Amino acid sequence: MNTPHAIDAGPPHAATVTARTQESPTIFTLQVRLDDAAAQAAYRFAPGQFNMLYLFGVGEVPVSIMSDPEERDGIGHTIRALGRVTRGLAALQPGDKVGLRGPFGRGWPLQEISGCDIVLVTGGLGCAPVVSVIHYLLRRRERYGKLVIIQGVKHAEDLIWREQYDRWAKLPDTQVLVAASQGGALWPWHVGRVTELFGLANFNPECAVAMMCGPEGMMRSAAENLLARDLPESRLYLSMERNMQCAVGRCGHCQFGGAFVCRDGPVFNWGEVKDLLEHRGF
Amino acid sequence: MSSQPVFSQPEEAGFLPIAQLSLLVTKLMALGYRCLGPTVENGAIVMRELDAPDGLPRGLQAAQAPGRYQLTRDPLNRYFAWANGPQAIKPLAFSPEESLWRVERDAAGALQFAPVLPATPAQAIIGVRACDLAALALQDAHFLQEGRRDAHYAQRREQLFLVAVQCAEPGATCFCASTGDGPTPTVGYDLALTELAEGFVTLAGTVKGQEVLNALGLAPATPQQIEAARQQGQTAAASQTRSLPSRNLRDALMSRLEHPRWDEVATRCLACGNCTAVCPTCFCHAESDVPALDGQASQHVRMWDSCFGESHGHLHGFNVRPDIRSRYRQWLTHKLATWHDQYGRSGCVGCGRCIAWCPAEIDLTEEVAALTRSEVKP
Repeated sequence: MNTPHAIDAGPPHAATVTARTQESPTIFTLQVRLDDAAAQAAYRFAPGQFNMLYLFGVGEVPVSIMSDPEERDGIGHTIRALGRVTRGLAALQPGDKVGLRGPFGRGWPLQEISGCDIVLVTGGLGCAPVVSVIHYLLRRRERYGKLVIIQGVKHAEDLIWREQYDRWAKLPDTQVLVAASQGGALWPWHVGRVTELFGLANFNPECAVAMMCGPEGMMRSAAENLLARDLPESRLYLSMERNMQCAVGRCGHCQFGGAFVCRDGPVFNWGEVKDLLEHRGF
Repeated sequence: MSSQPVFSQPEEAGFLPIAQLSLLVTKLMALGYRCLGPTVENGAIVMRELDAPDGLPRGLQAAQAPGRYQLTRDPLNRYFAWANGPQAIKPLAFSPEESLWRVERDAAGALQFAPVLPATPAQAIIGVRACDLAALALQDAHFLQEGRRDAHYAQRREQLFLVAVQCAEPGATCFCASTGDGPTPTVGYDLALTELAEGFVTLAGTVKGQEVLNALGLAPATPQQIEAARQQGQTAAASQTRSLPSRNLRDALMSRLEHPRWDEVATRCLACGNCTAVCPTCFCHAESDVPALDGQASQHVRMWDSCFGESHGHLHGFNVRPDIRSRYRQWLTHKLATWHDQYGRSGCVGCGRCIAWCPAEIDLTEEVAALTRSEVKP
């Protein structure tokens, strides 16, 4: 938070759920507002950063921030109901109380990349850190070059925000490449591996930046494909996930080589992590 | 820490006669310190509160080997001839379990959060070793980083008064000489004692240590006593049989992440986490909520955790370290390799606890030797 405290190690700040949207059978979005109006007004974050959301009596979870950094009324979090805390958060309704700490970590390098073509690669079940960047870029479209959105899912029904992809595909200078390993009824996109689509991606490698998020195997393979298209390593970024419990580089769970993902990430340059990413189990 | 280091030179050492050791404890108690010293508990030396100034045990040695810790009699009947026990300073600064904050829910459902800070008495620990001090410096580096101070750790840490002793009888599992952290304490203490037959060569390392030293009104140590103390440290260092091949194994280990030895050690390692529990530098901790039975309040608690545990690498729906191979590799490469990236040195201080307290008798120095023996990257 923009407070005199150097880090927001806890306790959390009281906050209220202001809106709830069901995005898919297991994915939902909570709009949350800090109860302290001044703190809410002063809250600033960079896309790619995350908050710790606290469910009373159950615990905290790290959640990537989905909303636009210029939105002042509240903070958006898209969450998949999977564990104890997230299943409990899924049951919340507007007016319910939560705790919030954050924002934490390093976000996407959005300031440095204006003027460039942007390649956004996501895999898995709707990847919030990258989808929030898509929204961010579309609201500031004039600052950036071509936009290539590449999304892979296992099953056709895993793609959330499907109508958004249709809408994005119709925008000028915006290319949407979606693949599902298993297609479904009325699936308009590619059936097969998402990496089969990289050859179609239309960007200028001399002035392009790629941002990736999703399963590490997918990101490794995406990186290979992008580097093969002459994208320099220095302009390839990814967002990593680890077991973040304290969010301030203390508890050790998200230690990854010499980094704590919560503090030094979650966004890394490819060069910073590629060596360790080759080895499973870190 | 709270007191500026002013390490006195050996020639400024005082000499505390053997019969007057209790005077030091008396003095510390009079200054309001809760005094902790070596105590035998469950067959091992642990640091517990001393009931009386003369409560320090005498004539104990700790015979240590991989998977073995046995207290024996010291033929010289010394106070500090035991090398170390399973724990020393770590639990007194970084609590094994503590509340970080609490939250109450009122009738309207609103949440009130409040920090929970520990009540910390001033504590003097008598008999800490050079390895323990080196480990404490590493814990300080982790928990007291500029702008990232951990309030709970800081509060306990500031209240510590550390009476170090030179290790005259390192355990067979010790390798602090090889890591550069012992056996003679050089930094981080308030007072440092070297036990000779007739008494203790006593040095101050801080202003508060110097004040205690002055209050004891000791005669200066003689040049012969100072020389005997120095030689005793050298002999102790030379007596250590275990070692690490280098103080910086970062590249050696990070270039061997797929070495077959990781698979081999995984067949012996039980992933019990004993090594991380006794390691004086391991800092991992888990956070969890403990709700009150009436459902109206909850404590947010942290507890020591281990990278050998099932839950450490848990990530929504899968585990980044599902097998023992990856957990052992995570532990060893963090401790000896990537710790350099984080804190500018290795995370191992050569105390040998992970060797002695491993039920599978896994020896860190042997694993490192096996991993780094081959010249060529496997």
